Amino acid sequence: MNDHAAHAPGHDAHDAHDRPFYEDGKGIMSWIVTLDHKRIGIMYLWAVLAAFAAGGVFALLLRLELLAPGKQFVEADTYNRFFTLHGAIMVFLFIIPAIPSAMGNFVLPLMLGAKDVAFPRLNLLSFYIYCVGSIMALASIVIGGVDTGWTFYTPYSTNVGGAVVMMTLSVFVLGFSSILTGLNFIVTIHKMRAPGMSFFRMPLFVWATYATSILQVMATPVLGITLLLLVAERVLGVGIFDPALGGDPVLYQHFFWFYSHPAVYIMILPGMGIISEIITVFSRKTIFGYRAIAYSSLGIAIISFLVWGHHMFLSGQSAYAGMVFSFLTFLVAIPSAIKVFNWTATLYKGSISFEAPMMWTLSFMVLFTIGGLTGLFLGALGMDVHLHDTYFVVAHFHYVMMGGTVIAFYAGLHYWWPKMFGVMYREGPAKWSAIIVFIGFNATFFTQFILGTKGMPRRYYNYLDQYQQLHQFSTFGSWIIGLGFIVMTVNLLASFKQGVKAPANPWGARTLEWSIPSPPITHNFHKTPVVTEGPYDFPVEGQSVPGAGGKHA
Amino acid sequence: MDNSNGLWMPPAASTVAQQVDDLYFIIYWLCVVFFFLVAGGVVYFAWKYRRQRPDQLATAQIGHNTFLEATWTIIPGILVIWIFVLGFRVYMNLIVAPGDALEYQVTAKQWAWDFRDPDGCTTPGELHVPAGRPVKLLMRSNDVLHSFFISDFRIKQDVIPGRYSQVWFQADKPGEHVVQCTEYCGTSHSNMYAKVIVHPPEAYAKKAETFCKVVVGKEHGEKLYKTQCAACHTIDGNRLVGPTFKGLWGREEKIVGMAPVLVDENYIVESIRVPTAKVVEGYPPAMPAFPTLTDDDIASIIEYMKTLK
Repeated sequence: MNDHAAHAPGHDAHDAHDRPFYEDGKGIMSWIVTLDHKRIGIMYLWAVLAAFAAGGVFALLLRLELLAPGKQFVEADTYNRFFTLHGAIMVFLFIIPAIPSAMGNFVLPLMLGAKDVAFPRLNLLSFYIYCVGSIMALASIVIGGVDTGWTFYTPYSTNVGGAVVMMTLSVFVLGFSSILTGLNFIVTIHKMRAPGMSFFRMPLFVWATYATSILQVMATPVLGITLLLLVAERVLGVGIFDPALGGDPVLYQHFFWFYSHPAVYIMILPGMGIISEIITVFSRKTIFGYRAIAYSSLGIAIISFLVWGHHMFLSGQSAYAGMVFSFLTFLVAIPSAIKVFNWTATLYKGSISFEAPMMWTLSFMVLFTIGGLTGLFLGALGMDVHLHDTYFVVAHFHYVMMGGTVIAFYAGLHYWWPKMFGVMYREGPAKWSAIIVFIGFNATFFTQFILGTKGMPRRYYNYLDQYQQLHQFSTFGSWIIGLGFIVMTVNLLASFKQGVKAPANPWGARTLEWSIPSPPITHNFHKTPVVTEGPYDFPVEGQSVPGAGGKHA
Repeated sequence: MDNSNGLWMPPAASTVAQQVDDLYFIIYWLCVVFFFLVAGGVVYFAWKYRRQRPDQLATAQIGHNTFLEATWTIIPGILVIWIFVLGFRVYMNLIVAPGDALEYQVTAKQWAWDFRDPDGCTTPGELHVPAGRPVKLLMRSNDVLHSFFISDFRIKQDVIPGRYSQVWFQADKPGEHVVQCTEYCGTSHSNMYAKVIVHPPEAYAKKAETFCKVVVGKEHGEKLYKTQCAACHTIDGNRLVGPTFKGLWGREEKIVGMAPVLVDENYIVESIRVPTAKVVEGYPPAMPAFPTLTDDDIASIIEYMKTLK
């Protein structure tokens, strides 16, 4: 089946064997109807990067408005729409699909030694569903805007004006894209591994994607159902969540977080997978505690289903429910901590170089550690009461989601860029962009830990004068982040113009995607590789250096 | 309560605040130690094992180390369970009110707080309590979710339509503190403030002569304006949710679907009692009714409005 599926229509197999996949079919149609996982990955990549840019512009506008209390340049209602859009775009259009759909699609089959994913047509379908969902999200901005926050809490979302129905339906549609991608990857990982690629020879990025896919398939339907119930309440007046109609608003929060907490791990696990790859390659070391990292991904995936109530300590759930959720929340901290320790130990006695992917990865290590540790404050019941719904929470999840996932995404983008596009970017600006973003990030968000501790509530258009200095500092930081991303974007785009050809394996990595040319041919591998060793079997001083992927048949 | 609590916490003004702050700094120092362990390890290894010639390889390949892995699973495991226990203890103290607490009723609505003390004295936008007595608040919402937050007291609780929720505190020193809404509730969410005024017990006992006594007049009207109207109506001519009060008195307003009306006593009373009856053109019908305002209150607001030329 896949022999057919991996072809762009109308091309015969011999041509495709020797040419980069970009040249296997030209013109817009060759992209629109492609079944090649690499092309679908690239299309996803540009789409999620556009979403990141849009979400980022809203973030900068929010910070600009917060430069001083009261009105700076927009009204309260506009501000409320901005933060809703910032959240919804970043979560549903960027972070959730970014690493699995863009990078997973491109890299996962290559890492497994496969010609494509298990269901190439389904893969293309999930991209189109993503496009439809994204267009609906944009449409909701045009037809009235949404100001409910990305969480759509009832009964506010049931009763307020604006395009709430369109926005929730868009998230509903996007969910299907996520489910189908997850399903596709699970089957691919089970059925399409090259001979010799046992589960414990899979790269850790594949393990992370595997755990993520399970979450996507199992949790996302709950969000879909919840949002449909919300739409039913709004449109048909069926009382489910609105007390005025006999419903229960807290029930909505249970439903919502039953998805959205696992979704946090949908966002972070693939990022952790990227870090595991890069840290080994740039220290020429085998990963420390391979099995611990692999199992901790699954451990996180399972426990993450049982901690949703920690978003609701103050929502009116019982103290005993709060106690159980608090305890389970602390348990989920352990597998994350294990990963961080393992990465640190991997550096020990390595041969460490500091190219751009590694710079982004080191930035991740610091920022994610802060993000993880500050979760301890929020997991402790008596402490969460004070910090809940303040800027402390905002800072915490930005350290995890942006300092973690987004930074890991850009680490991965710099790591796989030569493989994806066959060109090298300039090293200097790439490194500097990582450093500038790191500095700006801490200026923006560390400040917000202080703001939150002092009692500054989140989602505030106006604020008390006493918070102004810290808000200003945070806003200045956001400009530095913006600058860093501009440097990065210009540098990456310039690589197309400079046209410095990338070698097959610029970083000296050992996983299979580096054993083939950059960019790969349509079929990925001339001959199905036979895997005889693990993904991180680096030699030590005195041994010879073998090629990527071990021996080939 | 003017002394701030260092870089981090706001002033600690309730009996439970110190426990919360102690917990905060326990977790804080634990985080600092672990952060420097990890970040220090990363920086030290990165420097010590930096690649000095291009073909340099690692000097050892270490798959795993059971002792090390067990250590860094068990020790953090014990520490987080310890924090869990501490957090739960503080939480119980935060939510279980003493049996002899004074019981107040709190009503939240878009975008104001109303309070009624145990004697039935209503004080819109201001919570007057005696120092040194536990106070329990029974809270409900008239519309959407809100959350009652006094940062100086370290207490917070969501306020939910259709059911009661509660929170308690005891403030031992007289002073003033701010209530903020911390559950997003729409346009003026960030203007939904109230004031907590902690009176010395002897002053509280004379409440009938002070805050519990309503003197009709523009001073009382101004107070009501600040707590009840200011989230949506300015007095400086700027637009918020509703029309500004500046120059409103005596003006003719265009009404949606009706003939224009003159802003007089009857229009103001009607607008407060049945806000949707005559909505000014160009504004949303967003105003809730204010059943807690008495006729004297409304008369006072009118007196205050007349001063806003």
